Amino acid sequence: MAEFRTCPETGLKIERNAENLIKWNVGIAVALLAVGGLFGLLMALTRWPSVHLLPADFYYRFLTLHGIDALLAWVLFFEMGLIYFTSVVILNSRAVCPRISWLAFGLMLVGGVLINIVVLLGKADVMFTSYVPLRADPLYYIGVILFAVGALIVFILFFANIINARREGAYDGTLPLGTFGLLAASIIGVVTLLHGAVIMIPTLLWSMGILPSLDASVYRLIFWGLGHPSQQINVCAMVAVWYMTAYLVMGAKPVNEKVSRTAFVLYILFINVASEHHLLVDPALSTWHKIVNTSYVMHLAVFASMIHAFCVPASFESTLREKGYTAGAFEWLKKVPWGNPAFSAVALSIVIFGFLGGITGVVFGTEQFNMIRHNTFAIPGHFHGTVVGGTTLAFMGFTYLMLPTIFRRKLILEGWAKAQPYVFGIGVSILSIGMMAAGSFGVPRRHWDITFAGASFPYAFDPSIDVFMTMVGLGGVLAAAGGVMYIVVALGSIFKGEKVA
Amino acid sequence: MALEKPEKDWWKPLTKDERIWIAVALVWMLISFFYMPYAHIAGSQNPPDETYRVSPEQFSSLVDAMVEKYQVGEEQGVPVVHPDPSEPVYLKSSMWEWYPILELEKGKTYRIHLSSVDIQHGFSLLPLNLNLMVLPGYDYVMEITPMESGEYHIVCNEYCGLGHHLMVGKLYVR
Repeated sequence: MAEFRTCPETGLKIERNAENLIKWNVGIAVALLAVGGLFGLLMALTRWPSVHLLPADFYYRFLTLHGIDALLAWVLFFEMGLIYFTSVVILNSRAVCPRISWLAFGLMLVGGVLINIVVLLGKADVMFTSYVPLRADPLYYIGVILFAVGALIVFILFFANIINARREGAYDGTLPLGTFGLLAASIIGVVTLLHGAVIMIPTLLWSMGILPSLDASVYRLIFWGLGHPSQQINVCAMVAVWYMTAYLVMGAKPVNEKVSRTAFVLYILFINVASEHHLLVDPALSTWHKIVNTSYVMHLAVFASMIHAFCVPASFESTLREKGYTAGAFEWLKKVPWGNPAFSAVALSIVIFGFLGGITGVVFGTEQFNMIRHNTFAIPGHFHGTVVGGTTLAFMGFTYLMLPTIFRRKLILEGWAKAQPYVFGIGVSILSIGMMAAGSFGVPRRHWDITFAGASFPYAFDPSIDVFMTMVGLGGVLAAAGGVMYIVVALGSIFKGEKVA
Repeated sequence: MALEKPEKDWWKPLTKDERIWIAVALVWMLISFFYMPYAHIAGSQNPPDETYRVSPEQFSSLVDAMVEKYQVGEEQGVPVVHPDPSEPVYLKSSMWEWYPILELEKGKTYRIHLSSVDIQHGFSLLPLNLNLMVLPGYDYVMEITPMESGEYHIVCNEYCGLGHHLMVGKLYVR
C-alpha cells in the first residue's frame, strides 16, 4: 500500500516511493554534475591560452564526457526527479509501478556509467554527437541506448501517473501548470527518444560491423531530431520550474493560465522540425527544405519563449503589487526576494536564457548568419547561455526548494547558497560572451590548439581573441566555483543537514 | 498557481498588457520569419544549394586529374594548383589535410567542389569566417568569386580525431 506523509510547509501529501525516486534521481544528478562540471573546468583551463592545461588526447576525451555528464546525465536525471515531483507529489497521488520506475533509474545509471567507462578507456573519442563514420566501441552506443530507454520509460510513466491520479481521485479538473509544463516535456521526450532509437540502433549495428555503412547526412538529420528537441524538453522543464519557484517562493500565480499553457503547446508543435537549423550549411538537403523548417517553425517556438519571458516576471510583479508594493513602476523589483537562492537562480536563469542563449540562438539559426558562425566557438557560447545559464541554474535553484520538502533537510551554509546563483550566473555569462566573441573571429569549437603548433600551414588569429579566450578561462573558473558551492551545499545538506520534521 | 489546479474558468480573455506584448512578439517573429527567405532571394551571400552524391574513389580521381593538369608548385609536400575558372575545381578533405592548395584569380568565378574521403570535416575559410560542412559521400558545390587577393587558410572545424587541430590548409588569391 502507498504510504503518505504530509509536508508541513507546503501541505502536500508525499508518498514514500515517489519521495525516494526523487531523492535518488536528484542526488545522482548532482553527483554527475560534479563530474561533468569538473570536465567543464578542465575544458575552460585548456582553452585558456596561457594555461592550455590538458594534452590533446585527454582534451578530446574529457570534452566527450563533459557533454555526456553535464548535458545529458545531470539534466535528464534532474528532470526525472521533476517528473515524479509534478506527476505524483503535487497531485497528492502515488507513484504507479514503482518497480518499473526503479528499473528505469537503474537502466539510466548503468548506461551512464558504461558510457563514462568506455570513453575513459579511450574507446570512444567521438564527442557527444558521435557523427558517423567516426566510430566508437559498440559498448558506447549500448550505453547511450540503455540511458535513453530508461529515460523513455520515465517519460511514459509520467502519463501513467497522471492518469492514475485522476482515476484514484487524487485530483480532478485541470492539471496544475507545473504538471502541464512537464506534460509538454514528456510528449516531446517520447517523440525525441523515438528519433534516438531510429538512429542509435542502426549506428550500434554499424559499429559492430553488421551494417556495412551509414550515410553521414541521414545520421545528422535524425541525430538532430534527437539532439535539438531534447533541448526543448529542458526548456519546458526549466519554464515549469520558473513558474513553480515563483509560486513556492512568493505565492505568485500565473497571470493568465490560458496564455502560459498555449505557449507550452507551441513548444510541442513547433520545435521538432525546427531542429534542421543544425544542418543549414550541410550538403544533401535543399535550401528551401532548410528554410521552411528553420524559419517557419523555429520562430513559432521562439514566440512561445517570448510569451513565458513576459508571463513569469509579470507574475512576480502582480503578486507584489497585490501585496501593496505599488510605488512607481519598479518598487516591486526591489521587493522581490533577491536573497533567496531559489528565486535569484530563477531570475538570473530568465535573463541569461533569454538574452545570452535565446537571442543568439535565433540569430545563429538564420541561414546567412549560420554560414559565419557554424561550428565556431560562438555555438557553444549560445548553448552555455541556454543549458547552463538557463536550465542548470534554474534546476540548482529548485534544489534549494527540494532539500526541505523532499529530502527533509535544512540547508547547510546558507550564506554560500545565497551567493551561489550570482557566482555561477556571472561566471557562465562571462564564459558565454567570451566564447561568442571569439567565435565571431572564426575560432573553432572542439579544438585543442588554435595556435596550430605543428601544423603544416599554421594560421594566426587576430591577437584580440586572446582577451576573449581568457574570458572563457576566467568565466569557466568562476562558474566552476559557483558549481562547487552548489554541490557542497546540496550534497552537504543531503548528508549532514539538520533534519526537518 | 503552478502547483495547484487553476480556478474553474481559467480560459480567460487577455488583459491589455498581455495583448500588447503578444502582438509585439508575434510581429517580431513574423519579421524574422519572412526575412530569412527574403534575404535568401534578395541577398547575394547564401550557403550553397548545389549538391551531388559522390564516392570517395570517384572524388579522389577527380582531384588527382585536376592536380595533374594544373599543378604549378608544391608547399610542404602539398601541390599548389592554379585551375582554369571554366572547369570544376576540387578540394578534398581527409584526416588531416586539405588537398590541394588552390590558387585562384581575383574577380574570376569558380565552382569549388567540396567532399571528404573519410569522415566528416568542417570547412572554415579564414579570416573570412565562412563555414560549411564537408561530408563523405556528398559533393557540395560552392560558387565563389574572390574579391581580395591574399593568403587564406582553411581550418577544419568539425572534430575529426586526434589530429583535428593540425588540419589546416591554404588558399591563395592572386
